[in-house]
Amino acid sequence: MRADLDLIKEWVEPGKRVLDLCCGDGELLHYLHKEKQASGYGLEIGPENITECIAKGVNVIEKDIEEGLASIKDNTFDTVIMTQAIQIMMRPDEIIDEMLRIGKECIVTFPNFGHWRARGYLAFRGQMPVSKFLPYTWYNTPNTHFCTFKDFERLCVERNIYIMDRTVVDNEHQHRWWIHLWPNMLGEIAIYRITK
Amino acid sequence: MPAVIPEDSVGIVQPQKIEFNKPLQLSCGRVLESYHLMVETYGELNADASNAILICHALSGNHHVAGYHSLDDKKPGWWDSAIGPGKAIDTTKFFVIGLNNLGGCHGSSGPNQLNPETGKPYGPDFPIITVDDWVESQARLADHFGIEQFAAVIGGSLGGMQALQWSINYPDRLRHCMVIAAAPKLSAQNIAFNEVARQAISKDPQFHDGHYYAQNEVPKVGLMLARMLGHITYLSDDGMRSKFGRELRSGQISYDFTPQFEVESYLRYQGERFSTEFDANTYLLMTKALDYFDPTALEGKPLSEVLAKAKAKFMVISFTTDWRFSPERSREIVDALVDADKQVSYAEIEAAQGHDAFLIPIPRYLDVFNAYMQRIEADTDSMTSKGAF
Repeated sequence: MRADLDLIKEWVEPGKRVLDLCCGDGELLHYLHKEKQASGYGLEIGPENITECIAKGVNVIEKDIEEGLASIKDNTFDTVIMTQAIQIMMRPDEIIDEMLRIGKECIVTFPNFGHWRARGYLAFRGQMPVSKFLPYTWYNTPNTHFCTFKDFERLCVERNIYIMDRTVVDNEHQHRWWIHLWPNMLGEIAIYRITK
Repeated sequence: MPAVIPEDSVGIVQPQKIEFNKPLQLSCGRVLESYHLMVETYGELNADASNAILICHALSGNHHVAGYHSLDDKKPGWWDSAIGPGKAIDTTKFFVIGLNNLGGCHGSSGPNQLNPETGKPYGPDFPIITVDDWVESQARLADHFGIEQFAAVIGGSLGGMQALQWSINYPDRLRHCMVIAAAPKLSAQNIAFNEVARQAISKDPQFHDGHYYAQNEVPKVGLMLARMLGHITYLSDDGMRSKFGRELRSGQISYDFTPQFEVESYLRYQGERFSTEFDANTYLLMTKALDYFDPTALEGKPLSEVLAKAKAKFMVISFTTDWRFSPERSREIVDALVDADKQVSYAEIEAAQGHDAFLIPIPRYLDVFNAYMQRIEADTDSMTSKGAF
């Protein structure tokens, strides 16, 4: 299992109703259903991913979340999850608002653009960072809204979003004690658990 | 005629006529004292009768879902692409039932069958039938086969509506419900198209108020027009453009009213063929069943509340260019199911063929279908193993 998913599962209590936005091949939901008796759905637009979800027994709904989540009523879900996708959204702030409307709490993970490697790349090369972890160039990247941990937390303050938990890991999704000394510089992936 | 029956075909099949003598109370208030259903089955029912799948047909469908009646048949059953050994609905694993619905014209009790009370064809006196009535008659058909619970009830278009109604009327009698290219109820536009079709039929001088059997006539023109109109709604603008464009049959315009564009002659051909195969009174009944379909009507509650009692797991599928029952209409069903906290998956298949796409083996459609069938199979297997202990 992808390591950020491994961390997220600890934040979902048994028997909860979960919505996973951009659920991919349904790995997380499959786990949450099997091990935590969670119910719920994944939303996805990739045809192969959708077929994979169905084959796994994961309830998946083909839906482009950019078109909005208005058809889902307030507080329908206990937990709404979006992993590694907030940065590809047209309006991350609106999606987060919607997630907090339809879910009692939300879990969001995203890559930290404030990591020292990204900072160093831009500072010394004068170019947008390209790495194994961020493999796209500026003109073809789906990641149109990169942010740093600091940026994200500022958004939370502005929107009165309460951060229940957060954790920071490196690109192998490992906790390292030293990351916590300076998370915005040393952490590569942020995992936040938020609520209104 | 198939030179050889393909290996993944159910082969030569034989319909059977099943009689029911317990009176059937219909939604319209009338009672059918006795009736019969034409049925085909494929595959073997297992010992605990847990592997049965019911296929519900659409407006012009019937019991002949797969295989061939004889080696002289030009075409196999209407959903042969999905049903057979090794196909999506695998007949080596499932016992598949297809039937001609009540009011149909392919051998089940309907306008063109003899009314046992009069000894004459029912004609227009055959009662108006609703989707609820069909579900009730199909439940009795399940009883006949000793099937307590279907592994799945599957249908496209009007067939999908029957599957949805099944999940509401008999929550314990199906484990999975596949609703393909359907809608939770018809729109005003849908009803309008149906009304034009009905007018075309009933205004045909050979209709004789539905008593045309005695006159040895058929309202051929009306039925043909109804089908031509219907056919347009089954295709998409894109599909028609790529299939016919503005192609001319003879290569040049002749400045008269003979059919010159390919699309004209195609529609005429389809309409004419249909008018010799289908019964006009049945067409009227089927379109009425469509118009009246509304699972919320009886209780007057939102669909999500009506679906609250459903226990099946749902797979909903729509097609991008279907404008008869567009993806939005399927999403209404999905939203209601999510709202009702039901298990549901939904796929929107990119397809140029419009409403007709549900009958066409489009690769992604088959992928989704196969994947979901694996799930139905796994649930069926776990039923069987539970039963064994």
